[in-house]
Amino acid sequence: MRIELVKRKEQSKAMALLSPVIAIALTALSAAIIFSLTGHNPALGLYKFFIEPLTQQWSLEATIDKATPLILIACGLAICYLSNNWNIGAEGQFIIGALFGSFLPILFPDFENGATLPLMLVSGALGGALWALIPALLKTRFNTNEILTSLMLVYVASLLLDYLVRGPWRDPGGFNFPESRMFSDAATLPEVFGGALSLATPITLVIAIVLAVLLAKTLKGFEIRVMGQSPRAGSFAGFSAKGLTLFSFALAGALAGLAGTMEVSGALNQLLPTISPGYGFTAIIVAFLGRLNPLGIIVAGFVLALSYIGGEAVQTALGVSNKIASVIQGLLLFFVLACDTLILYRVRVISRRAPGGEASHV
Amino acid sequence: MDARALTKRFGDILANDRVDLVINKGEIHALLGENGAGKSTLVKMFYGSLEPDGGEILWQGNRVKIDNPATARELGIGMVFQHFSLFEALTVVENIALALPNPGRMADLAKRIEAVSKDYGLPLTPTDVVADLPVGIRQRIEIVRCLLQEPRLIIMDEPTSVLTPQEADRLFLTLQRLAKEGCAVLYISHRLEEVKRICHHATILRHGQVVRECDPTKETPASLASMMVGADVAAVSASEKKANLGGVRLGLKNLSAPAATPFATALNKISLDLRAGEVVAIAGVAGNGQGELFDAISGERPVRSFMIEIDGTACGTKSITWRRRQNAAFVPEERLGHGAVPGMLLSQNVVLTRHATSDGLSWGGLVSLPKAVSIQERIKRDFDVRMSHDNPEARSLSGGNLQKFVVGRELDRKPGLLVVDQPTWGVDAGAAALIRQALIDLARSGSAVLAISQDLDEIFEIADRIAVISRGYLSEAEPAEKMTRERVGLLMAGGAETQGDVA
Repeated sequence: MRIELVKRKEQSKAMALLSPVIAIALTALSAAIIFSLTGHNPALGLYKFFIEPLTQQWSLEATIDKATPLILIACGLAICYLSNNWNIGAEGQFIIGALFGSFLPILFPDFENGATLPLMLVSGALGGALWALIPALLKTRFNTNEILTSLMLVYVASLLLDYLVRGPWRDPGGFNFPESRMFSDAATLPEVFGGALSLATPITLVIAIVLAVLLAKTLKGFEIRVMGQSPRAGSFAGFSAKGLTLFSFALAGALAGLAGTMEVSGALNQLLPTISPGYGFTAIIVAFLGRLNPLGIIVAGFVLALSYIGGEAVQTALGVSNKIASVIQGLLLFFVLACDTLILYRVRVISRRAPGGEASHV
Repeated sequence: MDARALTKRFGDILANDRVDLVINKGEIHALLGENGAGKSTLVKMFYGSLEPDGGEILWQGNRVKIDNPATARELGIGMVFQHFSLFEALTVVENIALALPNPGRMADLAKRIEAVSKDYGLPLTPTDVVADLPVGIRQRIEIVRCLLQEPRLIIMDEPTSVLTPQEADRLFLTLQRLAKEGCAVLYISHRLEEVKRICHHATILRHGQVVRECDPTKETPASLASMMVGADVAAVSASEKKANLGGVRLGLKNLSAPAATPFATALNKISLDLRAGEVVAIAGVAGNGQGELFDAISGERPVRSFMIEIDGTACGTKSITWRRRQNAAFVPEERLGHGAVPGMLLSQNVVLTRHATSDGLSWGGLVSLPKAVSIQERIKRDFDVRMSHDNPEARSLSGGNLQKFVVGRELDRKPGLLVVDQPTWGVDAGAAALIRQALIDLARSGSAVLAISQDLDEIFEIADRIAVISRGYLSEAEPAEKMTRERVGLLMAGGAETQGDVA
C-alpha cells in the first residue's frame, strides 16, 4: 500500500475551509494522547482544556480579553505573510509599542485630558511601526533575512523594557519594585458592555473588518496577494516589492504596537518587566489558523486564547504543567501548516503497486 | 522497438489511446503532434518514467517491461530531454559520471568523452564547468552522455529549439551518422522543416491516438501541419498588404545595461527604431539578452532615461505602469509566474496588467471585479481560450491556452506599441497561427509590434524587418525579404556582435 499526494488543478475551496478544522481535530487527538501518556484521563483533560472555559462567564470574558491582542497582531502579520514578508518579531513590536504608548502617562503623569488616550494609542502604533521598519529597511537595503532580524529584535525590545522598569521609569513611590507608576484614569482604556470588556475589543474588531475589506476589494489588497504569490508577476504589474515590504512591516508593527499600548493601558495599567505571555508569537499561529484572512483570524484568535485559559485550567484541576498550553499551540501550528497541503493536493491511497505516479527522469 | 496498443490514462483523460508505433533499426522516426497530443506521455513510457496502463512494448522482438529509466538504459534506450538535467556547478566529466552505472576512473572517462564527442562531431572539453557553457554545448553533453552508453535507440525531445541553424545542421549530421550505424532515433519536434529534411518516417498523434503515418520527405510542412491539427491551418497572411509606416513609436538609443547576475547577459549599445505599422522581429538563440532587453523596454528594469523613447518621450527610468498608460503593452516569455499569477483567477489576472489603464478596473483604490470578469470573457471569446469551467485559476489552463490568454489580454487593449517575447512558445500550430495573425493585424491597423522570438519560421512569417541579438548586441534591423536563414544564422553565431560594435 502506498499513499500519494496528487496535485489538484486548482485550489479546493472546500479544503480551504476544512483544513483548519481538521488541524484542530488532530491537535485535540494529540493532546488526548499526551494527557493519557502523563497518566491523566484524556477525556477530562480535553474537557477542562477546551470546553470548560466556555461554560462560565468570567472565563469567557478572560478568553475574549486574551483573544483581543492576538487578533490585532495576527491581522497585521497576515498582511506580511500574504505578501511574502516573514515578520516573526511581532512580540518585540508589541513591547516597543507599549513603551511608546506609556511614556506619556509615566513621564508626564499630570498631562490628563481628553487627548491623553488618543495620543498614547497613536504613539504606540508609531513605536511598533518604527521597530518593525528596522528589519524591513535591512531587507530592502541590504537583502538581509527578515526572519532572523525581526526575531532578534524581540530580545532587544524585551531587555529594553526590563531596563526601563528597573531603572529610569521605576515608580518613585513603589518601594523599589520593578514596576512603573500606575496610569491615571485619563490614560486608562475605558471599559464597555457594563465593564465586561475593555474598549480594545471593539477597536480590534473594527480594524479586522477594515483589513478584510482592504484585502478583498482594493488594489492594495490585490497587490499584497500578487506579490506574495509571484513577485515577478507583481513587478510586471507595476508593483514595487520594496515598497510593499516597508508597507506590510510598518502596518504589522503599528497594529502590534497598538495592541501593546491597549494591553498596558486597558489590562495592566502600568509597565511590568513582562507584559506579554508571548502574544506576538502565538499570533503567528493565529494568523495561519485563520488562513491569513482577518475574519478567519477573529475565530482563530478565540481558539488560541482558549489555550491560555485552558492551560491554566488543567494546571489547577489536574496538576499538569501549564507548559501544556505551549505544547498544544505548537502542535496546532504544525497541523495547520501540514493540513494546508490538502488545499492544493489530493491524498490518494493506492492498494497495490500500481501504475500512476510518475517516477523521476534520472 | 515495437509498441502495441499502448494506453495511458490520467484520471479521466486518455493521454494515449492504443498507440502503435514501430521504430526500425537505423531509422530517424519523427513523432509529431500538437501540444497535449500525448507525445511526451508516449516517450516517457518508452523511457520508463511512466508505466503504461495497457498494451505492450516489444524490444528487438522480445516483450519487455520498462519499470524505470535505469532499465531503459540497460536495454539501450537513451533520452535527451528538452530541459537539461545537468548540475551547473560541476564539470562536464563529473556530470556524465553521475549518470553512468559504473563510470570508472575520471581520467579514463574524460579521455573517452573527448574521443567519442570528437568522433561524432560534437567536441567537448571534459574539464569545463557546465555553468560557463552555452546552451548548445550543454545539449552536447546530454547527447554524449547518451552515446557513451552505446544506445540502440535515442529519444530526442525538441533538440533544436535551443540551437542556431548552424548548430542544428551539425546535430543533424550526427543523427544521420548514428542512423547509418544502425541506431534508431525517435525525434520529437515542432519544426516541420527539419522533420522533412532529416526524418525517414513520421507518426502523427492527435488526442492521444495515431492518426497518420507518412513519409515526411514526400510531404510539405503545410500538409504535415494540417495532419497534426486535423484541419487546414490558416496560412498567416503577412505581406499581402504592405505596411503603411508611421512615426517612430519605440526608440532604443544606445541601450546598455550591465548584467544583473553572473548568469545574466549585459546589453551593449542596442539601437532600434520601431515605427507604427510594422512588425520588427528580434531573432536569437536563448539566453543572449532577450529577457534583459524585454525587461528594459517594459520598465521592470530601469535604465538611463534617454536610452528608451516611447512616442518621442524619453522614459528609460519610468515605471511599467507609466509606459502602459502611454498605450504600450507587454507580453513576457514566461507566462506562468511572470505574465500571470498561477493561483489567481483569470479575471484577477486581467487586473494584473490593466489596473492602471483606462479600463475602469480600479476606481479610487477599489477593484471592480465584475468588469474584469467581462473583459476575461471577451478575451476568451475573441482568442478561443479553452477552459474547463468559467474563470478558472491560471494554472489550470494548458500552456497554449494560457498563452492565448496573456497575448489576448494585451491585444484586447488595442495597444499602440506591443512588445512580445516568444509569442508562440510551446503553442500548437493552430493557436500559433491565430496569435501570429493577430500580431500582424495589429501592426496593419497602425500599431508598432516588436516580437522577440527564437523560432525562425515564425520570424520569417510575421516580420517586416529582422534584427538579431547575440550576447547582448543587436544587429541592424534589415528588411525581411533581404534576409536569409543563413545570414540570420551567421548573425546569431556572433555576427551581430561585430556589427553592433561598429554601429
